[in-house]
Amino acid sequence: MTAVPDIEFRAVTKRYGAVTAVSGIDLAIPPSAFVALLGPSGCGKTTCLRMIGGFEQPSEGQVLIRGRDMAGTPPYRRPVNMVFQQYALFPHLDVEENISYGLRQARPRLSSREIGQRAGEALSMVQLAGYGRRKIHELSGGQQQRVALARALVNKPAVLLLDEPLAALDKKLRTDMQIELQNLQREIGITFVLVTHDQEEALSMSDFVCVMNGGRIVQLGQPSEIYDEPADLFVADFVGKTNLLSGKVAGLSGDLVDVALADGTVISARKRVPLSRGEAVSVSLRPESLGLSAPGGGSLKGIVRNRIFLGSTAEYAIEVPGIGPLLAKADHVIGQGNLFKPGEPVAIGFAAGAPLAFPNANNNGTNQREDQNAEILS
Amino acid sequence: MRGSLFRKNLVTTLLLAPAALWLVIFLVLPFIAIAIFSVGERAPEGGYQAALTFAQYANLPARATAFWNTMVLAPIGALACLLVAYPVAYYLALRAPERWRLILLAMIVIPFWTSLLMRTYAWMYILGGRGIPALLAYVGIQDLRLINTPGAVLLGIVYGYLPLMILPIYVSLERLDRRLLEASADLGATPLSTFLGVTLRLSLPGVMTGFSLVMILLLGEYLIPTLLGGGKVFFIGNALVDLFLQSRNWPFGSAIAITLVLVSVVVLIVANRISTRLSGARRVDLI
Repeated sequence: MTAVPDIEFRAVTKRYGAVTAVSGIDLAIPPSAFVALLGPSGCGKTTCLRMIGGFEQPSEGQVLIRGRDMAGTPPYRRPVNMVFQQYALFPHLDVEENISYGLRQARPRLSSREIGQRAGEALSMVQLAGYGRRKIHELSGGQQQRVALARALVNKPAVLLLDEPLAALDKKLRTDMQIELQNLQREIGITFVLVTHDQEEALSMSDFVCVMNGGRIVQLGQPSEIYDEPADLFVADFVGKTNLLSGKVAGLSGDLVDVALADGTVISARKRVPLSRGEAVSVSLRPESLGLSAPGGGSLKGIVRNRIFLGSTAEYAIEVPGIGPLLAKADHVIGQGNLFKPGEPVAIGFAAGAPLAFPNANNNGTNQREDQNAEILS
Repeated sequence: MRGSLFRKNLVTTLLLAPAALWLVIFLVLPFIAIAIFSVGERAPEGGYQAALTFAQYANLPARATAFWNTMVLAPIGALACLLVAYPVAYYLALRAPERWRLILLAMIVIPFWTSLLMRTYAWMYILGGRGIPALLAYVGIQDLRLINTPGAVLLGIVYGYLPLMILPIYVSLERLDRRLLEASADLGATPLSTFLGVTLRLSLPGVMTGFSLVMILLLGEYLIPTLLGGGKVFFIGNALVDLFLQSRNWPFGSAIAITLVLVSVVVLIVANRISTRLSGARRVDLI
């Protein structure tokens, strides 16, 4: 890549006293990209965003914006703008005054006509034309969100930072805003950096997802890569739903390993990191990669415990003796009423290449995954 | 109709009765009495003699100096208080380490546990002939007069009323959403613009509360001008004491008192209006 990255982290570490929030991160965000920093709370994603904004200084390393080292540059001199969590709109100013706040700070001063015109454009851009004189507390959550967006974008920043911007909205509004944000980013063509703990949000909106855990970047890639080829057990578990089956490596052949599961069944799985014979591993199997059929075929046998019919799909919680509960997801085709019923025995199959084997070390995700399953089964 | 309303609100009435009774006996009735006195005449032997005349009000210019001193020193005193209090409140609310905050606040409040009289007496000695001027005389600065000057009165006012100014400002700054300051910086505002455009603006309700509180109390101030002004810096409060207790001219004293109350009400209303207008969304009711 020849273009200068919009944002670059070079060996950035951030410590708060004895706590290391971010440790040794290297990251380059290309121009005009929509990037999501995704991870559980406390993974360091917000700290990274705040270091770009200038609200935190790295303890070590450098943060560069468009090739310029930002060390010692205060927030008000950085060419980035942020949409804050819960928006942080000024309660004493009306909508238009909020939006033109940044323009009024510009030196040399902008003419009041230009300020008015740009604020008006920003209002229309977020579909709030005519709301300029409203007070902030008179707006709904979704409208406040739009004002926060307009207030940041009106300054034409090099990069827009978004700190959990959709967290406070209800589900319907969130989906609308996801589409709107995506459209805005394409229209304006500047880089958006989004911080979120919601994997669905990260996958659906961004061009690149940067998965973080424990202050480090675990994986950087396109959403489909992250989902299909998770770098480790944590990513496999955190991004999307998955089944994790524990077993031991029974044989190795190229990219494939044979894994002996707890009940003795041996399945073939792909590996992402070197594994050795006899090593304890977890095999990740996405629910949608499992195919259910009447008893007889398949690799595993189980009994349907619960069925959650979701319209276009149906989810099954299946008890597999000796292995435990598995989650399977099947497309539902209208008219083909082949739904399995609770209590029914089923055979479970999967395409070759679907199972991914990971070493068991550092499997921070396992507990979360158990919670997930418990939720489905309850 | 009235009876049924009474029964309906019996509990409310009973709950409010003590306070209402207190207000009627100690505020409303005396106020009416003063209002009546103010249109009366001084009895030959002093006190009050029934009449209906506005002569007392016409005579107000006779105490113009007291009014002038009060009207100049009360706002200046409140302003001086504000200028000293704001940085303190700002430090306490936004800069002081969390664990120090309570201790520092206590240090501001604790002097209030001693009577104002004692503390003002202490200043009398500090500023008096054997205090600072005596110390300065050692280093060659002779004949410095501190006590019984407007400056001494101002110093006493700032010292005495500072906590009343610090606390409301502290509360409004403490409530300030810190992310608004970050948002302002993010939008390109320098620390000074952020302070003027966000911090100060949003703390104005506290400023107005503190200012009107100190201002109202100063309008009736008596002790500090007496002790530190030595009768030379004469407030309305001092004029009132003289008129009621020395010259026993109750009607004239009453006219001055009524005027003072009216001025206080005007100050409150103006402060409230400014505060409501400037703080935007938040409405603050002082009266």
